[in-house]
Amino acid sequence: MIDFELYSPAVLEHYERPRNVGALDPEAPGVGTGLVGSPQAGDVVKLQIRVDAEDRIVETRFKTYGCAAAIAAGSWLSERIEGLTLDEAEALDSREIAEALALPAVKMHCSVLVEDALRAAVADCRRRRAGA
Amino acid sequence: MTVYLDNNASTVLDERVLEAMRPYLAGPLWGNASSLHRHGRVMRSAVERAREQVARAVNAHPDQVIFTSGGTESNNLAVLGVAAAAPGPGRLLISAVEHASLREPAHALARRGWRVEEWPVDGEGRLRLDAVDPACGPAPALVSVMAANNENGVLQPVAEAAALWRPLGVPVHCDAAQALGKVPVDFGGWGVQLMTLSAHKLHGPQGVGALVVSQGAVLRPLLYGGRHERGLRPGTENVAGIVGFGAAAELAVAELAERAARMAALRERFEAGLRRLPGAVIFGDGAERLPNTVQFGLRGCHGETVLLQLDRAGIAVSSGSACHSGVNQPSHVLLAMGVAPELALTAVRVSFSPRNRAEDVDRLLAALAEITATRCAQETPA
Amino acid sequence: MNDGPGVYLDYAATTPVDPRVAEAMCACLTGDGVFGNPASRSHEYGRRALEKVETAREQVAALVGADPREIIWTSGATESDNLAIKGAAHFYRNKGRHLVTVKTEHKAVLDSMRQLEREGYRVTYLAPQPDGLVDPEALRAALRPDTVLVSIMHVNNEIGVIQDIAALGAVCHEHGVLFHVDAAQSAGKLPIDLDALPVDLMSFSAHKVYGPKGVGALYVRRKPRVRLEAQIHGGGHERGMRSGTLPTHQIVGMGAAFALAGAEMERDLAHARALRRRLLGGFAELPGVYLNGHPERCLPGIVNLSFDYVEGESLLLGVRPLAVSSGSACTSASLEPSYVLRALGRDNPLAHSSLRFSFGRFTREADIDFAVARVRATVERLRALSPLWEMVEQGIDPARYHWATH
Repeated sequence: MIDFELYSPAVLEHYERPRNVGALDPEAPGVGTGLVGSPQAGDVVKLQIRVDAEDRIVETRFKTYGCAAAIAAGSWLSERIEGLTLDEAEALDSREIAEALALPAVKMHCSVLVEDALRAAVADCRRRRAGA
Repeated sequence: MTVYLDNNASTVLDERVLEAMRPYLAGPLWGNASSLHRHGRVMRSAVERAREQVARAVNAHPDQVIFTSGGTESNNLAVLGVAAAAPGPGRLLISAVEHASLREPAHALARRGWRVEEWPVDGEGRLRLDAVDPACGPAPALVSVMAANNENGVLQPVAEAAALWRPLGVPVHCDAAQALGKVPVDFGGWGVQLMTLSAHKLHGPQGVGALVVSQGAVLRPLLYGGRHERGLRPGTENVAGIVGFGAAAELAVAELAERAARMAALRERFEAGLRRLPGAVIFGDGAERLPNTVQFGLRGCHGETVLLQLDRAGIAVSSGSACHSGVNQPSHVLLAMGVAPELALTAVRVSFSPRNRAEDVDRLLAALAEITATRCAQETPA
Repeated sequence: MNDGPGVYLDYAATTPVDPRVAEAMCACLTGDGVFGNPASRSHEYGRRALEKVETAREQVAALVGADPREIIWTSGATESDNLAIKGAAHFYRNKGRHLVTVKTEHKAVLDSMRQLEREGYRVTYLAPQPDGLVDPEALRAALRPDTVLVSIMHVNNEIGVIQDIAALGAVCHEHGVLFHVDAAQSAGKLPIDLDALPVDLMSFSAHKVYGPKGVGALYVRRKPRVRLEAQIHGGGHERGMRSGTLPTHQIVGMGAAFALAGAEMERDLAHARALRRRLLGGFAELPGVYLNGHPERCLPGIVNLSFDYVEGESLLLGVRPLAVSSGSACTSASLEPSYVLRALGRDNPLAHSSLRFSFGRFTREADIDFAVARVRATVERLRALSPLWEMVEQGIDPARYHWATH
């Protein structure tokens, strides 16, 4: 995609001012990390969540290597899931991301990628908790 | 001051067209229409706007307009492009009066094994619709009939010609370079699949033209090197030229009635005077012609001599196709009409623009009267 | 020249028209100008147009050490490349049907070659060295008894490397093979002396050197005479090699642009060198930046840099309103990695993106400073956002990481 005019104001806003950029210590209690995509495929998303004792997401961090849509999708989702329980977060669908950001058709895969990152982070969180 | 009466060779650029071109020619706008950044996108939108203007001028869809470097390239692209897409050498049918830029690529194909046939014209230069039978012989890969002849201005029944071939699915190309801006041109209505247009014949800039290509037409590009123009014509777009073409096409159609009336009045005035000169012959006199074009001969006066005399008198005309100026051979157009070679050599072409005035006509007539009275009279009569 | 939108550093795609060139062109376009058809020999209007066309032909010839009779007008370098390559291949088809070119050539050359392959010719595509240069010995090894033509560009449009056309041409001529050079990026920017160079055909463009778009030229050597089969027929203009009404104002513009380029070459070059130093200096402190192509044997006005662990599209978006290119303009409608950079085969890290900065006569130091600041800030911002950069900082090589594919 080359025509930046196809991007919605929401995508551009998140691209310019992404929320919750950064990293949590993946070993810290309550933290789950999802790292999906690959450099070969052109997009890598890392999403981290920290939950409290009630499994409620109290902190999120993300990083994206990829296009503006992938950055915006990661940023948008990191805000969206704050305060949700793991179960609620897992119920989220990539279509909600795509709709909220009005992603052009050629960028739908970005919303799927961040959904995958979220699922991976939730799974990691549960796995680490079970192991703990 | 010289009188310019060679508008079928090239026209002066309309001032309004120059103003439309100026920002792209002299700044502040520049960029490559293929670039992603804003400079490129500004160029892209200018090109697309011009595409719409040109399409509207000939009743085509913008997607059908392929910009080229001019009429010659468009004619070459039509003939060689369709031929290249054909499975092998086949049959090509072109009217006997086509422009060199159509005939010569056809002849190049003939050297590669193609059978090139000419669709004959009558004594007035009109296509003889009854002279070909589409049911006869293998279907041609392409039929080409020009809308208006550059030398004598004779208009061809393009729609009727196209209708003959439509049932067979044979693509028909129409060279409308001389017609646009002088008579209505109707790509959709005529039912042709390909159409050649040129900007500098309608007070647009030199160096830009178009080939209108219907969605069904199958052709290969002439040039390679990128995906510009639906993959049919690579190269960085001549944005200033294209913008000028769009503006010129829009103006030409908007002002068609007024321009045609002005030119027709000049032509009538000239022809009336011409008929009073001894030995004057108007080629295609009985045919419907462009409102601006008169090709004539003065019996006994060699055309080249008349041109020379008029040149000295400060009047710019030509013998026919500018592309072959200086070649002292009878015109293939006149020969195809059955004009005797000696008479064909007397041919002089006058082509008006709406900018010419009645005084220009009178000056031309006076000069011709002098020529007939003196020098030419001493030549051997044809 | 910077009152346009943003800062324009895409001179290799097209340059602004020099105001002096524009003036010469506009003078042709008025009613009292030279609007005749140069092929109309029967009157003053045509002859005056022809005179202008011939003056321009002399100007173009003078810049490159050619005889005016060796210059053929075309609609641009793309057409010149097509005419040179297909025209020579078709004319000499009974002599042989093998051609040689390089993987990093312009699309106009590569696509012409591909067309010839469809027609039954054989083409060898040489790989350049990692610095972008072609080894004359590699060329020699590629030549065959049936090779008719070699096409190698003078200056690469994406990375700016300057090929040693004297050495490459000498190899061609030793073997009796025609040598075509696409000089669209170099003419007017580097000295070219066709009188001395072993070059048979050379393509030129006006709009890469402050002239108008839609006009170019092809040099066709007369001694020994090189023959071409015309690609566009009808009217026999340009000694039968290229038919079509000559666009007088365009040609006048190209002549003026080439004359100016010759007169101002030293100054333009010094200016470009200074800007290049400034640009490279601006990125000296930024890690993970690489210059593509040979660092010295290059046109100073083209700088192609790769930025590790930054994705291309987000980089291009971030550097707006800076007008730079991510690849050749003709292919940049897609963001696939440039075939030129891929052909260099540098041991690239897994993920990076490249920008081509190209500048020239009207670029100011402030434009370079703006570009450096804008690009640095964007690269730093995107790296702060990049999980790959994070891995690198932690000492993990993303290339060795086991990525789950899905």
